[in-house]
Amino acid sequence: MKDRLLTPEFRVVVDHQRCTQCHRCITGCGWGTLSCNNGRIVADDFKCVACHYCVTHCPTGAIVVEEFPLAFKPHANWTVGLRKNAWRQAQSPGMLLTGMGNDQAYPIVFDHLVLDACQVTNPSIDPLREPMELRTYLGRKPNSLAFDSLGRLITPLEPQVKLETPIVFAAMSYGSISLNAQKALAMAAEECGILWNTGEGGLHKDLYPYGHCATVQCASGRFGVHSGYLNAAAVVEIKIGQGAKPGIGGHLPGEKVSVEVSETRMIPPGTDALSPAPHHDIYSIEDLRQLIYALKEATDYSKPVSVKIAAVHNVAAITAGMVYAGADIVYIDGFRGGTGAAPTIIRDHIGIPIELAIAAVDDRLRQEGIRSQASIIAAGSIRSSADVAKAIALGADAVAIGTGALLPLGCRVCQKCYTGNCSWGIATQRPELTRRLDPVLGAERVSNLIESWSLELKEILGALGLNAIESLRGSRERLRGVGLDNTTLEILGVKPAGR
Amino acid sequence: MKKVFPRILSGCGLIGIMRASGERVSGAEVIRAITNMHERSNGLGGGFAAYGIYPEHKEDYALHLMYSTPRSKDITDKLLEESFQIKGDGPIPTRPADGIVNAPILWRYFVRAKPEKLAETEVPEDEAVLRVVMDINFEIEDAFVISSGKNMGAFKAVGLAGDVGHFYRLEDYYGYTWIAHARFPTNTPGWWGGAHPFTLLDWAVVHNGEISSYGINRRYLEMFGYKCTLQTDTEVMAYLLDLLIRKHGLSVENAAMAMASPFWKDIDALPPEERHKMMAIRAVYGSAMVNGPFAIIFGHHRGMVGLNDRIKLRPMVAAQKDDALYIASEEAGIREVCSHPDRVWSPRAGEPVVGWLNEGVA
Repeated sequence: MKDRLLTPEFRVVVDHQRCTQCHRCITGCGWGTLSCNNGRIVADDFKCVACHYCVTHCPTGAIVVEEFPLAFKPHANWTVGLRKNAWRQAQSPGMLLTGMGNDQAYPIVFDHLVLDACQVTNPSIDPLREPMELRTYLGRKPNSLAFDSLGRLITPLEPQVKLETPIVFAAMSYGSISLNAQKALAMAAEECGILWNTGEGGLHKDLYPYGHCATVQCASGRFGVHSGYLNAAAVVEIKIGQGAKPGIGGHLPGEKVSVEVSETRMIPPGTDALSPAPHHDIYSIEDLRQLIYALKEATDYSKPVSVKIAAVHNVAAITAGMVYAGADIVYIDGFRGGTGAAPTIIRDHIGIPIELAIAAVDDRLRQEGIRSQASIIAAGSIRSSADVAKAIALGADAVAIGTGALLPLGCRVCQKCYTGNCSWGIATQRPELTRRLDPVLGAERVSNLIESWSLELKEILGALGLNAIESLRGSRERLRGVGLDNTTLEILGVKPAGR
Repeated sequence: MKKVFPRILSGCGLIGIMRASGERVSGAEVIRAITNMHERSNGLGGGFAAYGIYPEHKEDYALHLMYSTPRSKDITDKLLEESFQIKGDGPIPTRPADGIVNAPILWRYFVRAKPEKLAETEVPEDEAVLRVVMDINFEIEDAFVISSGKNMGAFKAVGLAGDVGHFYRLEDYYGYTWIAHARFPTNTPGWWGGAHPFTLLDWAVVHNGEISSYGINRRYLEMFGYKCTLQTDTEVMAYLLDLLIRKHGLSVENAAMAMASPFWKDIDALPPEERHKMMAIRAVYGSAMVNGPFAIIFGHHRGMVGLNDRIKLRPMVAAQKDDALYIASEEAGIREVCSHPDRVWSPRAGEPVVGWLNEGVA
């Protein structure tokens, strides 16, 4: 310890007057921070990640976690974070890993957008008195409908998936999160009439009953993909990339590949699960088309096929290509999108903000006259119902939330998902940690959040004088920019406040 | 007088009167009806559309033009001569009326497309006329086409609706359908072209309301090639109707379902086939749903339709007397010209009132 370059980030302070020596904090901590020494609880501050598990579970309120009080010589260029990264890499060579979404101080466009409301010339609508509709259908739609002489619909409609509120859960695999965490999300999705997403970890046998509200992924590692898996789902999704690590594959270390994980992923226990950076059968847009149609064939054209990409510079052109290639849903993940594990340098420096990506994609699909042919799901990062409303006003059909959906399970955004030590039993496979996450209680909390956001969305719609979410979708006239430069406003298609 | 295109919000009074038999009546009747709803306007805009008024030119497109400079008329005349056979033209008769000032040059033309031009461009005559109309409206400074349908015309001005009718001597015209509009805008438009009705070939739309979904309705229309240059809600209404009914071939009822959709809770209670049809309409035409308060009346050569928004945030009453159909903002407007209707009703939210002329008429 003496020759460490690093200093602790946090300090755990135990009030020994209050402490009853119940040791709940010791068994609770996934990090091994706390131990008992001569009848007193002591902490190894180096291990603490401020996950608050001990604090929230201490029966006498005896524990406080504070920022480690250490001054660094201020430097606006050599930030403390950069210095710490260098010290970490000096201790042992390798890429620094991290979890969750980009935590750097880039401007957040959502926080510079404000919504409109009705005054006098048109009435606002009271959601407590009037119906307010959030229902959204995902899937490819024709540009027009035809009816026979008796008024019956003759245009066949491609598969549509119903969401009762325009929010879905982001892809989080069994492996990156625990089975109990996935169960909680699956149950919440069923309860709320929305979708959860398997990620690329396959569909655990216990979760087949929740297949009807699941998006199942087919990613570059093809883990867990078989006919039963595809046909159990509501939506099949080809994962090309993710906002936290565009262009980067995945690596689930062998020690995390338990028997259950191995069965679900269809790989031998204890072997590393490596997802290549690209799909090795997709080196161009026409290859993507083949996989889209292979999946449609495998599911008898009964479900929409989604393609998920990270928001990168050319996102608009790429997305248009995806729609032409047959994607029924395009899932765009912004540069703040989360992850279970990614190289810090990638997470923090690659990709573009989702707000700009939505605007660019929606514009391009309209210019091409193909906007109705695919639904847009926007993600990374949607933090509140206001972000949902703004994303939809910019042009998204629905949003996906990952971090937002884990917060109700206790997640503190400590960004250590990649270590597998999550005290809350979310991002871990350690049985003593995962079993503490009660999926029924978890599902209730996640559902509460979705219900709360939905109520807030209805209130926003009412203020806007709208009673259906589709009247906000792409209605950028109801947004104004505050403190955004002209070019950004032009890309967003939004006027500055006051105009 | 410049063409100005700001987005002006307004409240309004509307009335439409249609006689299914095709019987043509003087404009005096509709002037009385709209004048009765005086409280709904503030003198900053009024207008009329009438169908059946030019039987002697039944097959010609009647172009009503507004010029604010003689020069713009010269330029437009040249374009019209190039594009059309002109079967007749002359000033639109007017007389001095209270409160009607700064009148532009008002000219009327009866035209047919030149057959050789049609052959050359291979577009239908309607489309050819529409293109010229758009050219004039958006390319020629100080010239504006008020209406361009066959055997119909629009008359509008800045002023009270009754005075506008008097100014245009509408009592001298006889039509089977009359639509009128009295406006209460929040700002002074200053430009006559901004008054209602808004027309597109033989469609005329009068509208009371503010579209809260204007932004997406407009972007949706742009995807189909419409340019919403006037920035008025009424323009969006007219284009949506044109897209859904003329281009996509939807029935008036289905177009109404798209624009003022029933709620999901009601759709969910329908039998499966109906439910699927309504789900399809909402899922496919969600961006065409007009959200926010509106009541519209739109006329065309075969009839007249009234439609309210999906929760009826603006007033609309309908009445029937023999073969006459009345749709108005207020029952008082109807009673003024039809004291004992056979039936008076308040159409439900989103439920269109559809009037057709009898077969063979017009």
